Amino acid sequence: MDNSIITTEPLMPRETAVHEPHEHVFIPQHRHHFETEEQQREAGSFGMWLFLLTEIMFFGGLFFAYLLYRNWYYDAFVPASNFLSVKLGGANTAILITSGFFMALAVWAAEMRNKQVLVWTLVLTMIFGWAFIGIKGVEWHDEWVHHHIPGAGFDIAEFVNPSAHGITDQKAIPPDMAQHSQIFFFLYFGMTGMHALHMIIGLGLLLWLLWRAQRGDFTAGYVAPIENFALYWHFVDIVWLFLFPLLYLINRHPLS
Amino acid sequence: MTHVAQQPQEQHYHDPANVTNPEHASHHIVTPAVYGIVYATLLAFTILTIFAADWNLGVFNPVVALAIACTKAVVVILFFMHVKYQSNLIKMTVASGFFTFIVLITMTLSDYMSRAWGLW
Amino acid sequence: MSATSTTIVNLPDQTTAVIPKKNYISAEHGLLSWLLTGDHKRIAMLYLISITFFFFIGGAFAGLVRLELLTPQPDLVASDTYNKFFTMHGVIMVFLFLVPSVPATLGNFLIPIMLGARDLAFPKINLLSWYLYLAGGTLTLGALVLGGVDTGWTFTTPLSTHYLNTHVVTTAAAIFVAGFSSIFTGLNFIVTIHRMRCPGMTWFRMPLFVWSHYAASILMVLGTPVLAIALTLVGLERLVGIGVFDPSKGGDPLLFQHLFWFYSHPAVYIMILPGMGVISEVISTFSRKRVFGYTAVAFSSVAIALFGFFVWEHHMFIMGVSNYSALVFSLLTMLVAVPSAIKIFNWAFTLQKGSITFETPMLYAFGFMGLFTIGGLTGVFLGSLGMDIQLTETYFIVAHFHFVMVGGMLMAFLAGVHFWWPKMTGRMYPESLSKLAAVVTFIGFNLTFLPQFILGYLGMPRRYHAYPPEYQVLNVLSTAGATVLGVGYLLPILYLAWSLKYGPIAGNNPWQATGLEWQIQSPPLTENFTEIPVMDHEAYDYEWLEHKTQQEVTTVG
Repeated sequence: MDNSIITTEPLMPRETAVHEPHEHVFIPQHRHHFETEEQQREAGSFGMWLFLLTEIMFFGGLFFAYLLYRNWYYDAFVPASNFLSVKLGGANTAILITSGFFMALAVWAAEMRNKQVLVWTLVLTMIFGWAFIGIKGVEWHDEWVHHHIPGAGFDIAEFVNPSAHGITDQKAIPPDMAQHSQIFFFLYFGMTGMHALHMIIGLGLLLWLLWRAQRGDFTAGYVAPIENFALYWHFVDIVWLFLFPLLYLINRHPLS
Repeated sequence: MTHVAQQPQEQHYHDPANVTNPEHASHHIVTPAVYGIVYATLLAFTILTIFAADWNLGVFNPVVALAIACTKAVVVILFFMHVKYQSNLIKMTVASGFFTFIVLITMTLSDYMSRAWGLW
Repeated sequence: MSATSTTIVNLPDQTTAVIPKKNYISAEHGLLSWLLTGDHKRIAMLYLISITFFFFIGGAFAGLVRLELLTPQPDLVASDTYNKFFTMHGVIMVFLFLVPSVPATLGNFLIPIMLGARDLAFPKINLLSWYLYLAGGTLTLGALVLGGVDTGWTFTTPLSTHYLNTHVVTTAAAIFVAGFSSIFTGLNFIVTIHRMRCPGMTWFRMPLFVWSHYAASILMVLGTPVLAIALTLVGLERLVGIGVFDPSKGGDPLLFQHLFWFYSHPAVYIMILPGMGVISEVISTFSRKRVFGYTAVAFSSVAIALFGFFVWEHHMFIMGVSNYSALVFSLLTMLVAVPSAIKIFNWAFTLQKGSITFETPMLYAFGFMGLFTIGGLTGVFLGSLGMDIQLTETYFIVAHFHFVMVGGMLMAFLAGVHFWWPKMTGRMYPESLSKLAAVVTFIGFNLTFLPQFILGYLGMPRRYHAYPPEYQVLNVLSTAGATVLGVGYLLPILYLAWSLKYGPIAGNNPWQATGLEWQIQSPPLTENFTEIPVMDHEAYDYEWLEHKTQQEVTTVG
């Protein structure tokens, strides 16, 4: 005898529907615990946004550290920031925005069920993403050569005596303040490094999505992975949109 | 493989909690034209922020830079991330994320700003 | 049901009752079917076993701490070792027991059922969350085996970054990973609660258990990442010497504390809110009365979550923060006590004119109400600046947080486990033994922690293993209490395990409670419901239950 409760009374009267009949046709990727496609798709988006909220708070701690130390050690942050190349940083910003543009197009292609366009836009997203990482690598190499990596090898000579190193547009700053430029570079490497890590993870995921897109997985009505990855990718883009002015564009005219 | 779902007892229940088809959200597909305009806007603002860095606006330099960055971020969120076309729930979620971020920044700052009161 | 009965327990006829053949435990066999499951109920049981394991390790460390404190001299272990005892106790108990206890076991098991759903929104992420928990736990055990950490569970800088040579980075990594487990659990709950309620289940028909988990989940998702970045920076400081918390390089050690406590204060609400949800359910059931002021209790859960983000600096009043900000945070701390008090009042009014019976879950609930009130009130003392300067970093604080966490949260967890045990396993436990355990726990708890309030007020600092001889009597009382408490916690392990094989069959609704989970079989089917229910009555609707029960009687006749 099973333990379920049986009643003879008909089930409680229910309100009858003003409910447009929509056809409940399920794609193969439908999960049994969802009632409808829209529910599954919306839940997926919502879940990805909640994950992005955690990323906002994670980077938030770093942004606060930046805010604090920039105000405490402004005189050291200026020459340190001016060392960075606006050309490379600006180019990287444009590259990343372009990558985001292609990712948005990829979502459109998946929704329009156009496999060729989807694959091409994903490829272009990847190419521009890797270009960003490449330029980042060039920048980091530059800093390494100039002994600007925080830690044992850090050298403040360029900040204490800029003219001796061929730098004509910076003021000399006293050595104790110059030491604090190390904090700028820690923030620079910490924040761009954390950002680059997120990008590399994204590029890995993108490769997997590309492979599946080529098989036609996302052009038969199941667009959620492309959509949700695009949310992640755009978020990583937004972080950079803040990092660029904050790190590269601090007081580009210190002598005036 | 497609199949039609069985409704329980073949009764159509009007769902006032509106869970299964949230806010009857239609799938607004954003067109490449919109994306193109947004893309151009983002590039334009990037160029603007680079030039603005060279102008001497004194204490307003970082304000302008952040304002431009925020505008770019809003544009990306609304259009690239489709938030403009999504349910109120998603909009509230995004807002709550930024709200909590602001709380972290401002309330922690309240300590640092008032420590050396007058010297900062 | 006789008018003079002193219990509402209503078990089926034991000569004919059986566990339903088809249920989530018997659905599949083999270890892999458990280790690779997507079923929220199986994952909940996996969590239950894991957190019990870590609870006893954390408890063992507590025992060692209390053992050392029997005598005023630091004679049992060296200072560094003693520091490791209380650090490991804190780390394990906070991150590996209290944070996941109710949400990951009871929440995982019950939330889909309470909402009328087949599973949580993301079953695979639920399983991932358990594996992340295990990874965090393993890394913690690793740190332990390698020699332990002695920074205190709060990792205060610059001690943790510059002055110690213990396994800080390993432990920080462990907590980082366990934090993601928490984030994914919270994420899953939020999506499920918003988007997977059954037809008719409006927000204000949900059980209050779900409301408190919703509030706690918001805290998990928004707060935990800040802990992650704080620990990452500690790790980088130790490994690379970036200078972020190093005064000699211009860094501020207090920055770590701001980031750490920005999470760790909401963390205490992450810990207590789900327990409060349990208490709402238990008090209602054992008073046969709907919760007084449902809306107030629901909104107060969300209010606690919201205000909980605004008060973290009260953990830092003596650390060098500005007086002005300390004033502001002290004021805000007074505010955050209000929603918790609202809940206590509402529970008290639920009890008023209810038909109260004293089964084990209710005993734990009564314990909760008294002990949490004491703990909460002492929190208000600590929130006021003047008193905090005197009392902070003494045993007063230790007593305060143990009252809310152990007297409050742990009792709520035990109430919940006892309340839903018949649902999760299909079996009842021996009532007299469980009541004994509840009473022993209550007595042991008070004996352990009440003396600590006095010790703190008299000035005994926390985290010291040597103390002036005049404090010894109170310390001995406290250690004696801890022994009793240990017995009280061991008993449930024994009789609950026994009940799995020999306990009476519980049937669907042994407590005659309302709520969707009590309308299905015990243990439930894997898919929870044979058909998705339609919710057509309010929460805690005892008239509806009465009406339904009457129908059952007519069919038998």
